[in-house]
Amino acid sequence: MAKIILIGANHKTAPVALREKLSFSSEETIAALEILKQDKDIKESLIFSTCNRTEILYIPEKGDQVDKIIEFISRQKKIDISEFKSSLYVYKEDEAILHLFKVASSLDSMVVGEPQILGQVKQAYRVAVSNNASGVLLNRMMHKTFNIAKKVRKETGIGDNAVSISYAATELANKIFSDLSQKSVMLLGAGEMAELAVEHLISNNVRQIIVANRTFKKAVDLAGKFNGKAVKFEEREDTLQDVDIIISSTGATDYVLTETQVKKAMKKRHHNTLFFIDIAVPRDIDPKINNISNAYVYDIDDLKNIVESNIEQRGKETVKAERYIEEAVVKFRKWLESLAIVPTIKALNEKMSSIVDIECKKTLSNLKHLSQEDINAIKRMTQAIATRTIHDPILFLRNTGDHRDDSLYLNVTRQLFNIDKSEKE
Amino acid sequence: MNLQTADIILKITTMLYFTSMAGYLLFLFKQKSIYQRTAFYLITTAVAFHLVSMIIYTMSTRSVPIQNLSQSLSVAAFFLGSMFLFFQYRFDLKILGVFASVLLFVIMLAVLIIPDAPVENNAILKGFWFYAHIILVFTGEAALALACGAGILYLLQEKGIKTKSPGFFFKRLPSLDLLDNVGYTCLATGFALLTIGLVTGFIYAKTIWGRFWSWDTKEVFSVGSWLVYAALLHLRLYSGWRGRKSAIMTIIGFLIIIFVFLGVNMLLGGHHQDFTK
Repeated sequence: MAKIILIGANHKTAPVALREKLSFSSEETIAALEILKQDKDIKESLIFSTCNRTEILYIPEKGDQVDKIIEFISRQKKIDISEFKSSLYVYKEDEAILHLFKVASSLDSMVVGEPQILGQVKQAYRVAVSNNASGVLLNRMMHKTFNIAKKVRKETGIGDNAVSISYAATELANKIFSDLSQKSVMLLGAGEMAELAVEHLISNNVRQIIVANRTFKKAVDLAGKFNGKAVKFEEREDTLQDVDIIISSTGATDYVLTETQVKKAMKKRHHNTLFFIDIAVPRDIDPKINNISNAYVYDIDDLKNIVESNIEQRGKETVKAERYIEEAVVKFRKWLESLAIVPTIKALNEKMSSIVDIECKKTLSNLKHLSQEDINAIKRMTQAIATRTIHDPILFLRNTGDHRDDSLYLNVTRQLFNIDKSEKE
Repeated sequence: MNLQTADIILKITTMLYFTSMAGYLLFLFKQKSIYQRTAFYLITTAVAFHLVSMIIYTMSTRSVPIQNLSQSLSVAAFFLGSMFLFFQYRFDLKILGVFASVLLFVIMLAVLIIPDAPVENNAILKGFWFYAHIILVFTGEAALALACGAGILYLLQEKGIKTKSPGFFFKRLPSLDLLDNVGYTCLATGFALLTIGLVTGFIYAKTIWGRFWSWDTKEVFSVGSWLVYAALLHLRLYSGWRGRKSAIMTIIGFLIIIFVFLGVNMLLGGHHQDFTK
């Protein structure tokens, strides 16, 4: 029976410097797949490489070919084996299937539940298919992978919770305002933190971004980056009238916005909602502002708390997801086992016999005048026809030739005779 | 077509309302859209059946079914259901269905339990102004009930965000802005309908009793609740009473309406008494 092997390194086993060295660009992937395809010892292969992982999934012709693949990586990436061998993991059989299912379902990601990974896996599969590197086993396995990843996303809450500060802030903003594209953001302080925080909001296309900073030039620079507007730091109080979300990250030791200032601004803006995100330490926004109606203040600790409780929630969902995945591995394993020669021949014989039985019963029940001997003769004859019919196909399956792929013909046979129908969904 | 048919259809309607509530509660907990869709179809069918039942009743008795408490509540439920369908269509605020279906359940349960008091044909409960008064007041109050529902949802969501502990409702409810907006639209619609409803009531009173205003207890309380809503709208438009305060006021306003609808007749009497006997 064919073996499934997966060799790789990810963010848990290798530092980023090493991951960079091991990663395959799309051109490199195509070139590498081409070489693996020429290799007589490798039947099928697929290379999956993102910034967090590089993995090679393959089906060897004989043996496990692990050393060969490690050498191959070393040659392709021009990196010494000793440098990366200790960071590699090698999974075989069920472990390999389990790992792939987990990766695609985003259980193995740096941020568990992040949605991009499935698309990346699909892309890797497309590349393998279009270069004819994958075959019947990997194709089937990848399709099962997509199914399980979709199921995990749909049936568990794994992708539901915001687990980064920036994302949590955006989620809150979305629960306060109905349409962020109509809302304006003011950045207090032009530091890197501010930039990181608005990253998500900007991908939500807010209406306008206004930057206020003590050094005006820096405000202008940052505003230029976001196509926004720069104002003097002293203008921040008046600007409260025109914005809805305030993100503050100044290095000030005292509050840069006080309760009285915001109360005054609230009146001018007809008590339309204000959302303050304070990521500065020490804090910039007076926490008492949260007591003003229609004003909401979240500081860095509040956001961290939300993220933590979300991570906890995600942990619970992970358990559920793992159960689905283990079930899927068992199912796939069953299919793999059925893809051997003996069970296929057995299933084929059973199918033919059952057809013969059914047809004999139908016909003989209408032929009451026949003697028992006649009936037996007819039964023998029909059975013989069936056996002869599948005799040659079975001979062929037993010996498909030296360089042919058994699993391919077995798969075709199972499909032609519709043997797997119980497994189809 | 007779009273019995109307009654059977009303029973079916009640069952539909009940199952629709079950659907909405499932939707609240499981968050699967299939539950919401099913519940929505159920409530739509229920409203249609309800209308058929009322039409049959009206045709067979030659009078509208609002002559005792059970009938009045049933009519109120019908208008609440219709108003909900309208606002659902307008805002697609699916979660409001949880509130509407639970309220419908409570009303219809009351309709089932309260004995159907004998009805004598009352000649004065007819005419254009009478029907206009009834329809406008009932639709107005239904809209105000939904405003109360939106207010409750707003308070639930607001509490989570304000106290920085987003919990069960955080994901299930839409944004504060949207809830406030829905509440306001329901409020404004309800207020407008109620205003015209009261005016038509005065005109009707004039045609029957010869005077617009007769210090009937229900008249007094109705105008009282109208003033509460008028004050709320004024505060909202001119003093920025939006969000939490506005939500609390719509809930208080609706409680007053419930009192005016039930309490005044039962406790204080007056010429509206017949509708709730």
